[in-house]
Amino acid sequence: MSRISPEEVREIAVLARLALTDEEVTRMTHDLGAILGYVDALKELDTSTTEPMTHAVPFDCPLRPDAVGLSLSVDEALANAPRREASFFQVPRIVTKGGAGPSEEG
Amino acid sequence: MAAVDIRGARIATLAESVRSGKVKARDLTEAYLERVAAVDPKLNTYLLIDAAGARLQADSIDKAVAAGGNVGPLAGVPIALKDIFITKGLETTCASKILRGFVPPFESTVSQRLADAGTVMLGKLNMDEFAMGSSNENSSRGPVRNPWSLAHVPGGSSGGSAAAIAASLCAGTLGTDTGGSIRQPAALCGIVGMKPTYGRVSRYGVIAFASSLDHPGPFGRTVDDVAALLEIIAGQDPRDATSVPAPVGQYRAAVKAGVSGLRIGVPAEYFGAGMDPEIDAAVKAAIDELGRAGATVVPVSLPHTKYAIATYYLICTAEAASNLARYDGVKYGYRTPDARSLEELYTRTRGEGFGLEPKRRIMLGTYVLRSGYYDAYYGQALKARRKVADDFSAAFTKCDAIVTPTSPIPAFKFGEKTADPLQMYLADVMTVAANLAGVPAMSQCCGFTKAGLPIGLQVIGPPLGEEVVFRVGGAYEARTSWHERLPEDPTGGLS
Repeated sequence: MSRISPEEVREIAVLARLALTDEEVTRMTHDLGAILGYVDALKELDTSTTEPMTHAVPFDCPLRPDAVGLSLSVDEALANAPRREASFFQVPRIVTKGGAGPSEEG
Repeated sequence: MAAVDIRGARIATLAESVRSGKVKARDLTEAYLERVAAVDPKLNTYLLIDAAGARLQADSIDKAVAAGGNVGPLAGVPIALKDIFITKGLETTCASKILRGFVPPFESTVSQRLADAGTVMLGKLNMDEFAMGSSNENSSRGPVRNPWSLAHVPGGSSGGSAAAIAASLCAGTLGTDTGGSIRQPAALCGIVGMKPTYGRVSRYGVIAFASSLDHPGPFGRTVDDVAALLEIIAGQDPRDATSVPAPVGQYRAAVKAGVSGLRIGVPAEYFGAGMDPEIDAAVKAAIDELGRAGATVVPVSLPHTKYAIATYYLICTAEAASNLARYDGVKYGYRTPDARSLEELYTRTRGEGFGLEPKRRIMLGTYVLRSGYYDAYYGQALKARRKVADDFSAAFTKCDAIVTPTSPIPAFKFGEKTADPLQMYLADVMTVAANLAGVPAMSQCCGFTKAGLPIGLQVIGPPLGEEVVFRVGGAYEARTSWHERLPEDPTGGLS
């Protein structure tokens, strides 16, 4: 009956980079199924001659001079970093040494 | 200190008393800070109180007044901001755990404009997490309570902004409206809130939820208060490519201009089944009042209204899934401890940092944008959006402004709609269409239910027609006294 299965919910969660608990998967399966059922009403609308509307106000992308302006200093930009090292955001190791598995953060 | 009664105070009166030197901005600031300390623990509107910053701003205004210097048009007016507005050096969280501890290195355009106009910023206001919700129950910092009844929700997502005005915890606030998040809480709290035309107010430094639908806008006790705030925050911004270059209107003058000769459109689609009978009666009485004020009332039709909610939730979730991809635990905010890989860092940070509603919308948005589903859902929604917008273009050939209820129901009780997200989404049934079309719309109080809960009247104008909206709202307010009613201060019981 549901328009989406728990397996699909888990697949979407991987695409969205969201770790969901088993309870959340159950809840999402139910909720997304109900919402997708409701939005199905749009399918009855004849839009064969309708242009999609991506913005409320039509506008041409404005251009500005390609000039160097003010920007944040490295310290300002890194001030909120959960972890930093020198002038970098620090994250767990991405590239492994000599084919070894992923190592600990830091 | 000069005795100032700040309950129900109007922005123009406060600014005039500070500019003339009759009242010190510092005294005004202290009076509001005292009131916030006494009343807000019951309401939970403030997430952060910047008493030191407010005193500094107030003192500098008093110095300028004493020196006969040039102070701004809103000198000394105490305001507060929904916590979606980026404030330099002040924690900004969108009421989300994932942004806890984020202290921005820059300032939003609109908060800077308000500061330049002389306002005193008291603090940051509670909201539904990432502006996703219609009841303020989705805040990671606990819900806001409705000043008219502590058992009822204030509406959302800008519930803190609306409740803070209703309870006189500041004189003006800013919120954002993506599907009704200014107008619906304004209605449920009995005050005035306006969503201007898309692009009329800069979105620079406003944390993005659904970029093509997000509209920053003002809240105030009266239509004139809201007009005064909009005159300051409106206008093109080189930092927002979608902000429109049209000149800013004379909004405060429009408030007094009257409705003589205006055609008020009433769409039958907004008076159907599911509407509370007390709201139906109050809004119809308001339309009659506008007729007596000199407007001509004409029937109009917005035939695609029934598709607006479905269209809205497909578009806003698709945009939200994209916008919220940036919260990954790398650059700012919450990071899960002890992740062993980058992938795990992303997924666990997001799983632990986002609340249920942002997760639900990220999931739905990811689903509808998925390869193979895109045309059936998102593509179809973009076309339906055109049809909803075309309805307004057609209606505005027959009328100058459209009047409807803001919400089909008054404030509901906590927990009443949390189990069923679809029921919560339907709370936006009368507000989302104006976001899809990008047209200006305002809510103001037009009565109270027998239970004492406020009723909202919505006035919708054509693109960049803020002045006509203010004419209608101002004329109605001048002939009625709903806006003068104040809720009693909460005492005892719930805390």
